[in-house]
Formats: sequence, structure tokens, C-alpha cells
Amino acid sequence: MNHLPLIIKREYLTKVRNKSFIIMTFLSPIIMIALFSLIGYLTSVNNETVRTIYVLDETGFLSESFKSTEQTIYTKVSEVDLETAKTLANQENAYGLLHIPNQPIETVSSVVKFYSEESPSLSIISSLESTLENKLSELKLQNNGVDLALIEASKTTIDINQESFEGVKTSKVGSVMKLIFGGAAGYLLFMFIIIYGNMIMRSVIEEKTSRIIEVIISSVKPIQLMLGKIIGTSLAGITQFAIWIVLGLVFFIASMSIFGVEMSQTQTPQQALVSEALSNTDSPDKIQMIFNEFSTLPLGNLVIAFILFFICGYLLYSSLYAAIGAAVDNETDTQQFMLPVIMPLILAVYVGMFTVIEDPHGTISTVFSFIPFTSPVVMLMRIPFGVPIWQQIISLLILIGTFIGIVWFAAKIYRVGILMYGKKPTYKELFKWLKY
Amino acid sequence: MNNLLETKEVSKYFGDFQALDAVSIQVPKHSIFGLLGPNGAGKTTLIRIINQITMPDTGLVLLDGEPLQPNDVKYIGYLPEERGLYKSMKVGEQALYLAQLKGLSYSEAKKRLNYWFDKLEIGHWWDKKIEELSKGMAQKIQFVVTVMHQPKLLIFDEPFSGFDPINANLIKDEILQLRDEGATVIFSTHRMESVEELCDHIALIHESKKILDGKLIDIKRTYKTNTFEVGLVSDDNMALKQSIEAKFKVTPADFKSIHDDLKLNIALDANGTPNDLLTFLTAQSQVLHFKELIPNASDIFIQTIQNN
Repeated sequence: MNHLPLIIKREYLTKVRNKSFIIMTFLSPIIMIALFSLIGYLTSVNNETVRTIYVLDETGFLSESFKSTEQTIYTKVSEVDLETAKTLANQENAYGLLHIPNQPIETVSSVVKFYSEESPSLSIISSLESTLENKLSELKLQNNGVDLALIEASKTTIDINQESFEGVKTSKVGSVMKLIFGGAAGYLLFMFIIIYGNMIMRSVIEEKTSRIIEVIISSVKPIQLMLGKIIGTSLAGITQFAIWIVLGLVFFIASMSIFGVEMSQTQTPQQALVSEALSNTDSPDKIQMIFNEFSTLPLGNLVIAFILFFICGYLLYSSLYAAIGAAVDNETDTQQFMLPVIMPLILAVYVGMFTVIEDPHGTISTVFSFIPFTSPVVMLMRIPFGVPIWQQIISLLILIGTFIGIVWFAAKIYRVGILMYGKKPTYKELFKWLKY
Repeated sequence: MNNLLETKEVSKYFGDFQALDAVSIQVPKHSIFGLLGPNGAGKTTLIRIINQITMPDTGLVLLDGEPLQPNDVKYIGYLPEERGLYKSMKVGEQALYLAQLKGLSYSEAKKRLNYWFDKLEIGHWWDKKIEELSKGMAQKIQFVVTVMHQPKLLIFDEPFSGFDPINANLIKDEILQLRDEGATVIFSTHRMESVEELCDHIALIHESKKILDGKLIDIKRTYKTNTFEVGLVSDDNMALKQSIEAKFKVTPADFKSIHDDLKLNIALDANGTPNDLLTFLTAQSQVLHFKELIPNASDIFIQTIQNN
């Protein structure tokens, strides 16, 4: 008797009807939006703070290089000694006092000092430093008889055009876009596994604690129950994600029409990266390039690989979660078994974040995109950069092979574990269960 | 074929531990079969094997003379000792789900549920969640989902735990009625008075082995010791006792009576008949009480296990 559809239906309906699930589905986006707005607001508040910095320039030739901006006002003081200047700065609640003692150009750089009440922010100090460095270099060049206009005129920026041996033009824009595609796919899988893997585990534990499990498995095979649970929960997860995407789009469109440009001020670092890449592309043919880039992305491959790696990777991990749930009696006992599951997952994300970005076809990236526990995430991140089909197929076959092995292993643990109550099992006992 | 269920030399190991050692039982059709044994003897393992929850390492289980098939779960209704229901699911929905898992169609399941809910007068619970019900109420639902697919074999593991005496009686009557309607019942329990009351066949499992089985009446016959409990009145009870002790093996008896009588258990040897004893006793005293001592299930249980 195939009860799989019946089990999937129950698991799905129980999940989506659950009050906390419904609340989370609609509350999470609101929380996310609130969080981003808060970050945006805090950033803007931070930027709006105006700092006054007193500059006591005893040399007389450095103070002009400090130009006041919206956030930083430089107040030049002169004709006073250091102590007076300090008192003055303190009285006026200034952010700090920059003191440049009267020394010749050659030696002044080593005696400049900044006085402040609290330790100053790193960005302020480095901005002061670079201003002074630039000015002093200019002055030294001038002293040596170099024409500054000449230097200005010889400054050059370069944007290297990239082309593969096959003649496909690429660019930095393309790389950024690939990163976003790969990163999003890998990260999505990671999040999906963590959220819904845990949900599966909890639902297995619930069946154990409510003692219904023996009633159920006198009618269905444990493996059917396990798979039904995994699939049902995943469908609930997909539903939740779909709602989030729709809500996200609605919110995005609504906010675009209401706030218009304001939204662009609260950028995430990734968006900043894109707009930075885009900012170099003023000419129309560069914009054309973005569309070209988009069309050269292996979209078909991307979509198919995404679906396959996502499903296999997710099932691999979620069956482990189900096995953990079966092995223990309550959620607090899961900790020791969670670590070996979470570790490869985190490793995969880090490998993806650091090595794939640096060198998508390097040894480390390639190796990790074949190891079954990391391959779903790492391979998904690599694919936008163009991975030969044979590599993808081999990686997928290894993954499917492992997946079957793990499901078998998890089903064994599950079959025995769901009937075991009491003591928390050790790894040794889990190993013994495989032989029951 | 008189046996609905048979196990043949069923053995099961868990690692190095042998849970069942070549256990063979025969459960006759329409009987109530008591599966007895101390805790940890292997009863639950055997029941799980019959339910195909665990597979035997060696041996065979026959249902109606045929080796057990995965599809046979629909012929079996199982009420495990560790039982429960989904707490946050509604009663009706849950019962429908469990019925469908047993192979009933949705409409058939609904029809039978309505019948049972009416019969036990629990129809108004349909839309309640299990967590809103008391333990005894949940047990009734559990009983209904166990029997509603009309299985020919019913397996109850400690069915009366959690019931108050009124509901326990109700369930007992339902079990008897199901038996009369043609079901065969396997009944695992520690409560010997319900064995006495319900079972017509028993099997006793101890330390993974079956050490006793058969018809309860036959077992009692083999365990009877030809001992009679008597209550006697005479002028001199002491002299009477001495004269009986000279002829028979005597132990003091304890039963309630309104007379100041001499209470004794008198064991006859294998050839002795009750009439011989009566003749002997009536010659010396008034016999107010005369009863053959038949071992009850509890005595047999304890005695057999101690002998092993």
C-alpha cells in the first residue's frame, strides 16, 4: 500500500495550519523590513552627526587642505598656544583638536597629534592622515621642482576588458552578477536546510513524545513515514518561501512607488558592489553589456542544476535531521548530533564565500564541489562561472549515490530510534542500530 | 485451518542480546489469546514482529496459513502499550487519517467512524483537539481507531491501562463483542484477573523463550494438585485435625465463613478421589465447605516462572 501521498498531505496541512507557522510566514518579512529600515535609519543618523574638529596649524601651510564637509567642520585656530586651543576645543564640545607643531616639511609628519575626549573613530583618523599625506607629498614634490599640473594630467584610470579564449566578452559587471546568482543560490539552500531540517526534526520528535509513532508504523513503513515527513515539510517550506517572495515583491513595488529614490539610500553591501560596478558604466554600450552578460549566463544550466542540486542536497541533509530526531527523545538532546551535520554545511558556505569568489575553478573550489556534503552549496556557487557539464554530472552522481546511502542509513536509525525511549543514545549505539 | 496466526521458531537478536528464542505460538480463530510474561520477556518484540514493525532474524509468521505480507497490516488492529495521538490534530481528522492508513477509503472511514462515535457516545468530540481531551477520552478514541477497519486480528497491549473501571468494563465488553463477531484477539497484559476473565488460550514467555502455552482450561488441569479446601465442624477440632493429618497431607486454609469451623487444604495422592475424601470426612464431622482448589492464572504464572 502506498500511503506516501496521504502522509505528505497530512504533514503539509499540519504544518501550514499551524498557528506559529502562519504567524512566522507573515511576521518574518515585517521583521526583516523593520530591521532593514532600522539599519538604514541608524546609518543615516550616524551620517548626519556633524563633527567639529579644531585645527591648530603652527606651520601655516597645512591647514588649507582641510575642507569642511557636511559631516565634518574644520575650525582653524591660530595665534594661540596648544593649551588654550585644547581648552577652547573642549569648551566648544568639539570632536577633537588636530595639532601640527611648527616644524619643517621634512620632519613635521612625525609630530602631528590629535587630542580628543574619547578615542577617535578610525575613519576620522585615516581621513586626517591621508589629507596630510597628500598635502605633504605635493609640497615635497613642489619643493623638488615638479609641476603639479603635469602630475594631475598624467593620472589614468583603466577598466580592463575581459574576453575568454572562445571569444566571449565578460567584464567585472558579469563577475559580480555571477557572484550574486551563485551566492544567492548557495545561501538559499543553506537557509532552507537549516530552517526546514529543524522543522522535520521537531516533527519526528513530536511523534515520539506523543507516543503515536508505534500506532502509525503498524500501518506504514518507517521509510515511507520519513520520506512523507520530509516531502510534506519541504512543500510547506516552499509555500512559505513563495509567500515571502510575493510579499517581498509587493513591498518592493509599493515602496518604490511611494518612497521612490529614498530606497536606494539604504543599500546592502552587495547592492553597493553592484552599483559600484555599474557606476563605471556611463556609456550606453556598457549598459548593453549588462544585458549581454545576463544573456551569456548559462541560464538553462543554472536553473536545471539549481533544481537538481537543491533537491538532492536538501534531501541529503533533511534525512540526517530526521534520523537525529528519531534517535533522541527531546530537542535538548539533539545538540551533540547536530554538530557533525552543521559543520560541513557551514564549511560549504565559507568555501563558497571565500574561495569560489577568489578563484571559481581553483583546486579547493573544484574539490569541494565534488564532496557530497559540500557540493550542493559550492557547485551552485560555481555554476554561474561556467562549470563543464561533465563535472556537474559527476558531482551530481556522487551526490545522488551518497544521498541514497544516507537515506538508507537515516532510515535504519529512524526505524530503530523511533521505538527507543529513555536514555540518550551514544554514537556507538547508533552504529549498533544499523545492524538491528 | 484452525489457527488464524502462527509463529514458527521466531528468533530475534538486538546486537548481542537475544530478545526471542525460537518462539512458536498458535492463535486459534475466534479465540482470545493471552500473551503473558514478566517485563522484558520479549512480548512486545513478538507483537512488533507480528505487526511487521520489526523483522524476525529467523522464523516465520503465518496469517491464515500464508506468510505475512506487507499488505496484511489492514487485517490487523494494534493497540500498542506506548500509545498516543497527534496532540494538536482534531479528533475526527486524525481518526480519518489513521483509518485511511489502514487502507479504508475516505467515505468508508467516515461511515465507520460515525458508527463508532455514536456507539460510544463521543460524536461531539469530532472537532476537538486531542490535547483538549482527558486521558481516558483519548484512550477511547485510540480504541476506536484500532478496531474501526474491522481487522480479523486484534492485538491489545495492556488495553485497560488508563481507563477507569467503568470505561474498562465498556472496552472489555466491546472486545468480547468483537470476538463474537468473528475477530481473533491477542491480549498482552500483566493483569491476571483480566486473563482469567477473558482469555481462553495463553502463552507464557520468559527470558525470550516460550515456556508454556495451550488452552487455559487444559493448563489448569495439568496444574491442579488434587487438593481440596474443606470446612469442618466437630466436637473436637484438634482431634479431628490429627486424625486427618495421619491420613492426608494437610495445610491450613483461609476462607471466610460464618461458622467456627476447621479450615484445611487437603492434598490427595494421584489415585485419591473426592468421594473417598468425603466418605472419610463425613464419618467424623459435618462438612460445611468442600471445594476443589484450581490454580488461577496468577499462580500458574508465578509457579512456572519460578520453576524456570
